Amino acid sequence: MRRLIQRLLPAVAAAALLPLAGCGGGDTGAGAGRLAAIKARGQLICGVDGKLPGFSYQDKGKYVGIDVDVCRALAAALFNDPTKVEFRELTSSERFTALASGEIDVLSRNTTYTLSRDAAGGNGLDFGPTIYFDGQGVMVPKASGITSLKGLAGKTICVENGTTTELNLADRFREQAIPYTPVKYQTGDQTYGAYLQGRCAAVTSDRSQLAAKKTSFPDPDAHVLLPEVLSKEPLGPVTVNNDSALADALRWVVFATMQAEESGITAVNLKQKLAFAKANPNQADLRRFLGVEGEFGKQLGLPADFVPRVLAAVGNYGEMFERNVGQGSQLKLDRGLNRSYRQGGLIYSPPFR
Amino acid sequence: MSGLPWWRDRRRLGWLIQLAVGLTLLLAIALLLGNLERNLTRAGLRLSFTWLNDPAGFDIAETVLPYTAQSSYAMGLLAGFANTLRVVVSGLVLATLLGVASGAASLSRNPLLAAVVRTYVEVVRNVPLLLQLVFWYFAVFLALPAAPEALRLPGLTLAKGGVFLGAVELVNGELVGNWRLSLELAALLTGLVVYSGAFIAEVVRGGIVSVPKGQWEAAASLGLRPLATLRQVVLPQALRVIVPGLNSQYISLAKNSSLAVAIGYPDLYAVAETTLNQTGRGIEVFLILLTVYLGLDLGISLVMNRIAHLVRIQER
Repeated sequence: MRRLIQRLLPAVAAAALLPLAGCGGGDTGAGAGRLAAIKARGQLICGVDGKLPGFSYQDKGKYVGIDVDVCRALAAALFNDPTKVEFRELTSSERFTALASGEIDVLSRNTTYTLSRDAAGGNGLDFGPTIYFDGQGVMVPKASGITSLKGLAGKTICVENGTTTELNLADRFREQAIPYTPVKYQTGDQTYGAYLQGRCAAVTSDRSQLAAKKTSFPDPDAHVLLPEVLSKEPLGPVTVNNDSALADALRWVVFATMQAEESGITAVNLKQKLAFAKANPNQADLRRFLGVEGEFGKQLGLPADFVPRVLAAVGNYGEMFERNVGQGSQLKLDRGLNRSYRQGGLIYSPPFR
Repeated sequence: MSGLPWWRDRRRLGWLIQLAVGLTLLLAIALLLGNLERNLTRAGLRLSFTWLNDPAGFDIAETVLPYTAQSSYAMGLLAGFANTLRVVVSGLVLATLLGVASGAASLSRNPLLAAVVRTYVEVVRNVPLLLQLVFWYFAVFLALPAAPEALRLPGLTLAKGGVFLGAVELVNGELVGNWRLSLELAALLTGLVVYSGAFIAEVVRGGIVSVPKGQWEAAASLGLRPLATLRQVVLPQALRVIVPGLNSQYISLAKNSSLAVAIGYPDLYAVAETTLNQTGRGIEVFLILLTVYLGLDLGISLVMNRIAHLVRIQER
């Protein structure tokens, strides 16, 4: 008996240390391929804002918005089911840490694409295609009578902590030598709450965000956007650096919605187009795009029919835009820069070849 | 050596157990560090502090140091720390005054005064501080009237533009005065002082109660009035109980000041959060934060321990 205990002791000790060893090794396993991990999990975990109408917010208990649609499109491509997404609501200060620590797979939270966020020596992120070309704006109460940035001299401006707008604000006002005081809050709720309570003469953010938040104000018409655009804000989904498989899958899922608009494929006519492609072997471009022939899906680690899956779930880019932030929504934003390049906009998909 | 097997040799067993625990601890730390190192390498990040000299590029609403957007991140963090110190130091003084007054008042023979203080202490102690700060900021200070209808108390003017001490003038619809506190600072200070004051009141009350009743009676028999008894007989003896308790309340206050971020006051943590977002240097920023808050609290402890040494009963 005693001998047995003696022999068992090292085994017990080793077993006690096992969980530790497991936790060390587990993370590197995920590093080998986040895409594989998502597939194995059967669900995509997506970081969103959750409180921004048009981009990501809850409508009758369901997440909707253009940022949400990006996640749904990827889930549709992977699982043929746009509901297989778990959404995590993040503040702008939390978002990059959540992504870097692996708490979320994809960050789709109206995030501006910048050099320092992309660079390995900076935030070390990997940006997907820009889904909304935006610019920073400033909103003031109509009653204040302020009509330009100069009118804000010596005033207080509310801004959200940890955003590019915070930096642009400092740069623009410094260039024009306009003195001002920034009051920074951790969340959008606090920022707009303080603005509505009159703490600040103005609030600044991306113009789309200001337009979106305005719709949820008690009296939306009492606030106006100043004409000045302070910066370029290309917004898009983000993944962590050094994981090309996931970044590429995300990139081409988003491009698929843009290419579909260029090719005139919509959620409505998708079935006809698919039948047309199957029946006509001479339609090589369409056949490859819709996965009737070729290996695009396989090369990306996605199913062969990922494009039709995505389009059935969220429609093409134009449909996504109009439904969430355009004429089909409360925001009624003009497509502006976000028109397809064929209409003089910036939305352009590299070729599916 | 005796012929005892190792598991029955107490001395050897003791050593072995210590060795095993030590090794396990080292192994755990090594695993965690290794994990960190691996994950950082995978994400292409390396620990570095050179970014501290880069221009920060963001503005800070209020600062006592000459900080501008062109200053370095290091200067920005320092400006944030100065703001933290401003709140902590004035908070310590005000919370102590409020706490000592309430603690003594809660033992008052005036039932109304005692009841009011007891209610204050119980309500404030049992509501989360974050909630109280948000309440003070959004429900009290942001609800203040605009400058022309400012709330004027003797020596104190309250308006949406800030809290002014001393004389103020109305210039172009805005208040101008020498001593202005921003609403964020005023709300944070009020919240911290009211909250810590309640805890300090309990510490003080406990200290006073710990002084034997005979001391009060002896002082009374010498003809001392109650307030004089408290000041000259009871408090000096109560201090040796009060000071260690105060120490932990002061440390709490210093740490709680980091909740400033919830109400837009640019303290060290708020500046660090912006820095973290602009640079992506999460681990470095948190190392700095940990070091600074640890240093601040150890500093407070050091001073308080000196004071505790001074007020201890000297045997003659």
